[in-house]
Amino acid sequence: MAKNISFTIKYWKQNGPKDAGHFEQREMKNIPDDTSFLEMLDILNEELINDGKEPFVFDHDCREGICGMCSLYINGTPHGKTATGATTCQLYMRKFNDGDVITVEPWRSAAFPVIKDCMVDRSAFDKIQAAGGYVTVRTGQPQDANAILIPKQDADEAMDCATCIGCGACVAACKNGSAMLYVSSKVSQFALLPQGRPEAAKRAKAMVAKMDELGFGNCTNTRACEAVCPKNESIANIARLNREFLKAKLAD
Amino acid sequence: MSVSGVALILFLTFHACMNVVALFSAEGYNMICEMLGANWYAVAATAALAALVAVHFIYAIILTLQNRKARGASRYAVTDKPATVEWAAQNMFVLGVIVILGMVLHLYNFWYNMMFAEIANGSMAYVNDLSAHDGYGMIVYTFACPVYSVLYLVWLAALWFHLTHGFWSAFQTLGWSGKIWFNRVKTIGYVYATVLILMFAVVVVKFALCGGACCTGICG
Amino acid sequence: MATIDSKIPAGPIAEKWTNYKAHQKLVNPKNKRKLDVIVVGTGLAGASAAASLGEMGFKVKNFCIQDSPRRAHSIAAQGGINAAKNYQNDGDSVYRLFYDTVKGGDYRAREANVYRLAEVSASIIDQCVAQGVPFAREYGGMLANRSFGGAQVSRTFYAKGQTGQQLLLGAYSALMCQVNAGTVELYTRYEMLDVVIIDGRARGIIARNLVTGAIERFAAHAVVIGTGGYGNAYFLSTNAMGCNCSAAMACYRKGAYFANPSYVQIHPTCIPVHGDKQSKLTLMSESLRNDGRIWVPKKLEDAKKLQAGEIQGKDIPEEDRDYYLERRYPAFGNLVPRDVASRAAKERCDKGFGVNNTGLAVFLDFSQAIKDFGRKEIEARYGNLFDMYEEITDESPYETPMMIYPAVHYTMGGIWVDYELQTSVKGLFAIGECNFSDHGANRLGASALMQGLADGYFVLPYTIQNYLSDQITVPRFSTDLPEFKAAEEAVKARIQKLFNIKGKRSVDSIHKELGRIMWDYVGMGRTAEGLKIGLAKMKELRKEFYSNLFVPGTAEGVNVELEKAIRLEDFILMGELVANDALTRNESCGGHFREEYQTEEGEAKRDDENYFYVGCWEYQGSDDAAPVLSKEPLVYEAIKVQTRNYKN
Repeated sequence: MAKNISFTIKYWKQNGPKDAGHFEQREMKNIPDDTSFLEMLDILNEELINDGKEPFVFDHDCREGICGMCSLYINGTPHGKTATGATTCQLYMRKFNDGDVITVEPWRSAAFPVIKDCMVDRSAFDKIQAAGGYVTVRTGQPQDANAILIPKQDADEAMDCATCIGCGACVAACKNGSAMLYVSSKVSQFALLPQGRPEAAKRAKAMVAKMDELGFGNCTNTRACEAVCPKNESIANIARLNREFLKAKLAD
Repeated sequence: MSVSGVALILFLTFHACMNVVALFSAEGYNMICEMLGANWYAVAATAALAALVAVHFIYAIILTLQNRKARGASRYAVTDKPATVEWAAQNMFVLGVIVILGMVLHLYNFWYNMMFAEIANGSMAYVNDLSAHDGYGMIVYTFACPVYSVLYLVWLAALWFHLTHGFWSAFQTLGWSGKIWFNRVKTIGYVYATVLILMFAVVVVKFALCGGACCTGICG
Repeated sequence: MATIDSKIPAGPIAEKWTNYKAHQKLVNPKNKRKLDVIVVGTGLAGASAAASLGEMGFKVKNFCIQDSPRRAHSIAAQGGINAAKNYQNDGDSVYRLFYDTVKGGDYRAREANVYRLAEVSASIIDQCVAQGVPFAREYGGMLANRSFGGAQVSRTFYAKGQTGQQLLLGAYSALMCQVNAGTVELYTRYEMLDVVIIDGRARGIIARNLVTGAIERFAAHAVVIGTGGYGNAYFLSTNAMGCNCSAAMACYRKGAYFANPSYVQIHPTCIPVHGDKQSKLTLMSESLRNDGRIWVPKKLEDAKKLQAGEIQGKDIPEEDRDYYLERRYPAFGNLVPRDVASRAAKERCDKGFGVNNTGLAVFLDFSQAIKDFGRKEIEARYGNLFDMYEEITDESPYETPMMIYPAVHYTMGGIWVDYELQTSVKGLFAIGECNFSDHGANRLGASALMQGLADGYFVLPYTIQNYLSDQITVPRFSTDLPEFKAAEEAVKARIQKLFNIKGKRSVDSIHKELGRIMWDYVGMGRTAEGLKIGLAKMKELRKEFYSNLFVPGTAEGVNVELEKAIRLEDFILMGELVANDALTRNESCGGHFREEYQTEEGEAKRDDENYFYVGCWEYQGSDDAAPVLSKEPLVYEAIKVQTRNYKN
């Protein structure tokens, strides 16, 4: 049975990337603890609109933890603290207590400028993907799918790497603003599959170069990224990326 | 960072082994000191070492500046460090600065009085009535001062933290890690760093407590 | 009433597509570079179409409302994708997939389209594997399959419970490859608000930049929309919050027919509604029905105790459980098609056998499967879904049976298209869930991904050339033409109108009201009387919308409330379309169930004599004016139309 809780919410307001931004706060009363965190924010916005104010802006879409749109930094953790590693939309109010102060901030990173409030621009991720995150293959008649045999273990591992949802929590958590976990997950997926091998060297170099160019920081192996990754991507991917990258550079 | 770091770890290993000799034999230790005097190979190695440290440090400054820029202008109001994130991992630069400061002190205490003095004044250089080749004497002299002993221990502690992260981090950066190897490398790193620092620390502690006296007691 | 031509090629069904391709007109490589195509939407259909067209040499502009093409809601599809590969040697074939899909669609799909879909299905798997999509594999390295509702073979390819994600990322990577090559220009955080028609042909769109608020014009030789379905007209659905039908409604308002809007799929396995603050419903993949058994108590008093929270599902002994799907449909059991499973759940709950506090839930039980295969195996198969369920409900499906209830999931209806995927407006194409073409009155599980990718990779890139081939002499359009100006001004006026209402109610509060009307009167069980009430209530709601809506902020910059208000305006129009179509279709078929038309056993009763057609609705110049129905008669040459039977 759901119980109701009351708490204070501090949320970040910022009008564009050049604005300094500030917190606003509001007392939330009698929120059923089986509402999701985003539904709680819906209630907040409904209240703000009823007061004639502009709502608090944040990104969200599928609300089932897969689209990667949501990007809130809640009480010092990207996506908030969930049991199994999940996105903001899968965080439920039962994880909070009566009287809590809940602080909601945007991803703070130079490569992710704020658009408004907690909505940030993550198009840098698309640019990195465009630099090499694909297997170049024409639409048409490739060989039969079963003509490429892939050991189950490799397929499973590639799948684990491929589950990255591109939310950017890794960058948000990293004190260096590094995108290595994101990049390494994509590079790893293709590095593990035979289809990805022909372009492996080119891909690793191109994606790393683009990442550096876009102003992401360097990896110092603090492991903050994997601790907050909603899809439990491992820094073993980063080691693999380093391997692929060094191999590619040495072969030059 | 990783390559210079690994090289520096190797140097530390050599240095620690050398120090331990001082526990057992003053003559043995001084023999090594003599070998590492102002000979061409020792000077060359020292220059290479200095270059390594410089590379490691300058690169660290560049990376830290880049990373601070990447972090952006705004800071989080609330942060909650995940349990798996080690303190050392997030403070490598600060630890590195402490290590460098300790190193400057150390160079002043020993290298300046030994190799540098020898280069400047020839093989007959004397400082505080000690020959430039009497490394053992200098150990006794330095750690007779409790302030130095404590400073050295603080320095070693910082170095331990720096190494616990630096060791596996170097392997990770060089791509020699994975889901299974990560834990192996990390464990090896902890053991290695601990043994290494203990080897250094035991020399400091021993000479701080009883100077050269008990050494002769042990070694006869 | 006009009769509509679907342009189905002549010849035996198995040769139609091959013959079409052999004889269609093509555009030579040099001319392709002179032709611009706008693709709206970056889901499976949109991204794959944009990537394929770009790769062929067309200049493509690709739009999406999200911050990245990878976030389109195709990403949330869980279970899998069908393909007639017969890798399992269980007797599958193109014909059987075709037959199952037509039958699953309750004989309301267009035969030729479905056959083509089944035909290209195998190529989709080849294409995706070549792209590096990590499908599940067997130990020998071959692709693994699972079975899905409405089929007696295992033809579903999957990547854990995230097949949609992996397929979309495959299409997204192909798209980004083209972006890098410069053939596709990407416009993210842009929302299409109108289509521009010049001399009867679609020549561009008007879109709002969701970051700056600017209303911008874009011209092209053809416009393709792949903007998904209209499930969010019900407010609560498994769709993403941003899913909307505004692009489709823009096309509809400009003269494109809207086909079969009443065919709305209610998915049987969703997490039940828990309160009025809820914003969306979460789907639990249909693949769970492979191993989970659906039941309610046999005795009403047990159900009462469950509803009061006095006992739990596991307290009820085996002999007192009613596995109603296995009882009613022995041949397909828990794997009956979605419409059948949903209605059966509703029937039990209506009779009072619901198992949670609202009485609107049934059990999906894995205790037998855990006993048979061990917890570890079940974890491997459904681990991520179980985790998701636990995160939402705070209950572990390993310990206690899941509770599920049907929810709006997919819309089979959509913009009418002919065999070439062209709408009734020349130069305007619709692909994926956005069109109506392939699923008839009900879609089988794992067929949406198949259709989206079939349209985008293998159908549209061919058929659009048949249209574009005579456009090669048409120079690029200027967006300064009066038609563009007029369209832009109309959009600006529409936005201003919304700001001028200055009422008291938030968009969501009105949207929730629309959702309740839709669910209560235009939902799973419809009656003529209820539909009339629903229509009347929607008319009232539109009045409320135009008199009492409050949109804060301004038209400049990010304004989420404005975005939602525009979408809601279109959802109301859409809701009326669904109700109108449901009201004229005096039969029950697939996702459309009229309570007046059912057998004694409660099964859907079709009326092939009078309703064997595609209902195509035409806009009459104003949202208030009643739309006009035209019919595209269905012609079945290969399959004998019969009553659907999943019993034996």
